[in-house]
Amino acid sequence: MVWVLRAGGWASVLVTFGIVITLVTESWPFFREVPLIRLFQDTMWTPLFAQPQYGIGALLAGTLVTTAVALLVAIPLGTILAIYLSEFAEPKFRDWVKPMLELLSAVPTVVYGYFALLSLTPILQKIFPDLPQFSMLSAGLMMGVMIVPYVTSLGEDAMRSVPMLLREGAFALGDGKLGVGLRVVFPGAFSGLAAAYVLAISRAVGETMIVAIAAGLQPKMTLNPLDSAATVTAFIVQVSLGDLPHGSIGYQSIFAAGAALFLMTLGFNLAGHALRRRFHRAT
Amino acid sequence: MSLSPDNARQSAPEPVVSDSKALPKVQIRGVNFFYGSHQVLRNVSMDVPALKVTALIGPSGCGKTTLLRCLNRMHDLYPGNRYEGSIQVQPDGTDILGSGVDPIQVRMRFGMVFQKPNPFPKSIYENVAYGLRLQGMNRRRELDERVEKALREAALWEEVKSRLHQMAHNLSGGQQQRLCIARAVATDPDVVLFDEPTSALDPIATSKIEELIVELKKRVTVMIVTHNLQQAGRISDMTAFMYLGELIEFGETNRMFTNPAKPQTEDYISGRFG
Amino acid sequence: MQPELLRKLQEGRARRRKAIDSNFRRLGFFLTLTTLGILGILMLNLAMNGLARIDWQFMSSFPSRRAGEAGILSAWVGTLLLMLVTASAAIPFGVAAGIYLEEYAPKNRWTAFVEINIANLAGVPSILYGLMALGLFVYQFRFGQSLLSGGLALGCLVLPIVIVATRESLRTIPSGIREAAFALGATRWQAVWHHLLPYSTGGIATGVILAMSRAIGESAPLITIGALTFIAFLPPAPLISHAPFVSVDWLFSPFTALPIQMFNWVSRPGEEFQSNAAAAGLILMVITLSMNAAAILLRRRAQRNITW
Repeated sequence: MVWVLRAGGWASVLVTFGIVITLVTESWPFFREVPLIRLFQDTMWTPLFAQPQYGIGALLAGTLVTTAVALLVAIPLGTILAIYLSEFAEPKFRDWVKPMLELLSAVPTVVYGYFALLSLTPILQKIFPDLPQFSMLSAGLMMGVMIVPYVTSLGEDAMRSVPMLLREGAFALGDGKLGVGLRVVFPGAFSGLAAAYVLAISRAVGETMIVAIAAGLQPKMTLNPLDSAATVTAFIVQVSLGDLPHGSIGYQSIFAAGAALFLMTLGFNLAGHALRRRFHRAT
Repeated sequence: MSLSPDNARQSAPEPVVSDSKALPKVQIRGVNFFYGSHQVLRNVSMDVPALKVTALIGPSGCGKTTLLRCLNRMHDLYPGNRYEGSIQVQPDGTDILGSGVDPIQVRMRFGMVFQKPNPFPKSIYENVAYGLRLQGMNRRRELDERVEKALREAALWEEVKSRLHQMAHNLSGGQQQRLCIARAVATDPDVVLFDEPTSALDPIATSKIEELIVELKKRVTVMIVTHNLQQAGRISDMTAFMYLGELIEFGETNRMFTNPAKPQTEDYISGRFG
Repeated sequence: MQPELLRKLQEGRARRRKAIDSNFRRLGFFLTLTTLGILGILMLNLAMNGLARIDWQFMSSFPSRRAGEAGILSAWVGTLLLMLVTASAAIPFGVAAGIYLEEYAPKNRWTAFVEINIANLAGVPSILYGLMALGLFVYQFRFGQSLLSGGLALGCLVLPIVIVATRESLRTIPSGIREAAFALGATRWQAVWHHLLPYSTGGIATGVILAMSRAIGESAPLITIGALTFIAFLPPAPLISHAPFVSVDWLFSPFTALPIQMFNWVSRPGEEFQSNAAAAGLILMVITLSMNAAAILLRRRAQRNITW
């Protein structure tokens, strides 16, 4: 019977193996043909053109800006909510609110994309009249809302594991709740919070549908959030929507983009895991 | 030698005045404490003399720690607690259990050292400076002076003066507890409350802290909860014996240990229960 | 400093700290309601734009170039069949892996590696599962752009969720139970089968529901393996009228799914397609929210019924 279980244990390893092998073998031809230097030298990403350009910076810019906008919303808002829920809110309130917040992260991302494009963008256009139909601002803000529960949930868990004894020391000196929360609990929970932030970054970088629907599908080398642009993930979607014969340049290019994406999120995931382990060891 | 409720009720304590002529530092009058509907303290009254060490002793569950934590309103941090009675602090006579009194302000007048050392995840310096900053001190030179003074009072200065900016959790258990003492005395509180401060420490660390407390009482009033009768005998001037939420006997330590007035006190001190 | 002056200063500080605390409490409450309110606004928006569109015709029609005649028949049938494949892949392997890692695996470097691996997989973007499925299932294994490829892709995607949920619910069982079973002479498998699994079914079921809820809403991996083609037919039925009465042809059929259909309609201009999209989105949200709510209630009941 145990061999059945052991087979299950191997399943997760096989999946990783599958992802890595596929990304490597299918993108290998691309990297063999395209000199690495062009990825950084070229200014546009148009691998399917007759005169292809391979500046992956155009895609990375899109990912960078949308992620930055999302984090600018998610990290402050998520942290404030985490401090509030952990240090101020009544336990009963917290018991209801936490699962409801987690619902926010369970919404299908295509629904968020719909909302960003058709509801959020018109509102933003009232503030920024020149805002185009597709913009990184709109997609980024929506992503931020989706990511808040990651920050709040993990952050609040981290803060609540700081022992009450530590807080009492600060209260006994005459500090108030927010003071204790910011000066004692926050530093005490820091690696847990850092893990939450890093995992939020990873989530934002890997998001696909919201940016594909609301930020646009045309790669553009721009850092202006009021522009439309394609992210690494949106590019993969855009090419997949068309004809994709096995082994064609389009086929290879999405695996190349996928390989880049995998490396980025791997880095963030490993960092987040290490931070979380360090936090659990410290408490 | 029974401990029936009748015995206890007959000897309902009146406010026991200490034999010092000076005004007592803290006057506890008729304090009841409820945790939800469960009554933990019953009609406790005593005068805590200034600049002396007062020990609270008694078996587990007798309410000594609960009483201590009433003094700096720590129970306010948890829901479901209720105070009755009054606790007046001299020389101004403020009743710290009063409804208009802010617990934060009360806690600035009382220092507390806990059973387990609980230094903040900060440097040694910043641990001691925490309370000072809360009181508005932020000039570097002033802070440096006060931090050094507090660490000297806690007999820790020599050991840490060359590493003030290292993290506090690198210190040993005994050193951490002395750091917590320094932190508590840095702000010149009126009274310092010790809640079984040496129960988690080895004998050497314990004796260092006991020496410290005897020194400290020259400058501040001390109240200490202890499970260790010998410790109470070693360092305290006055002793209060509590049982099942009531104050059974309160008086000079020497007399109480050699010639206790109440039978329950004698039973506890001679080890017949506890 | 004079005691009187010190008192006054302390009073001032205490009052300020109290004011800061109550202001922050108000801020936190407001932000909590606002953030949750966004969820409500989303639902309201979808309902306003799409509720009217949902009727029998909508549920039983294929997509069409004419918005008014389009429907989600192929989409919801596709989602259903897809979930069948996903569940069959993810649940057995996930639960088995969870049991193995929690109860059997020795604490060595290999196990640590597997744990890091699962943590990473949980954070791998969903579209990369699609790429893997494209290279491996669609082409290498020659499953084609089919329900099998899509279901396996989603199965791999939600595998970590099932594994983690299984491990966590096993972990909450105190070690005393295991020790009691072993002391009576049970093998490890008997301990698991007779004692541990029965107590952890609540937690495992919760994890499974959350995993399936996640899978239903995913579109990126399916787009990548090519599920977006205009599907105006249903996959062949799994049950057939002659021997051997079950068919596997449906596994290799092209397909579409609810989130794909919504994505398709969102990308088209015109208000009617937008209300189609809203209708599909509303259905998706209702499914997702009810599954999540069920999982939360299940978790609560499981925690209440068994107290250690």
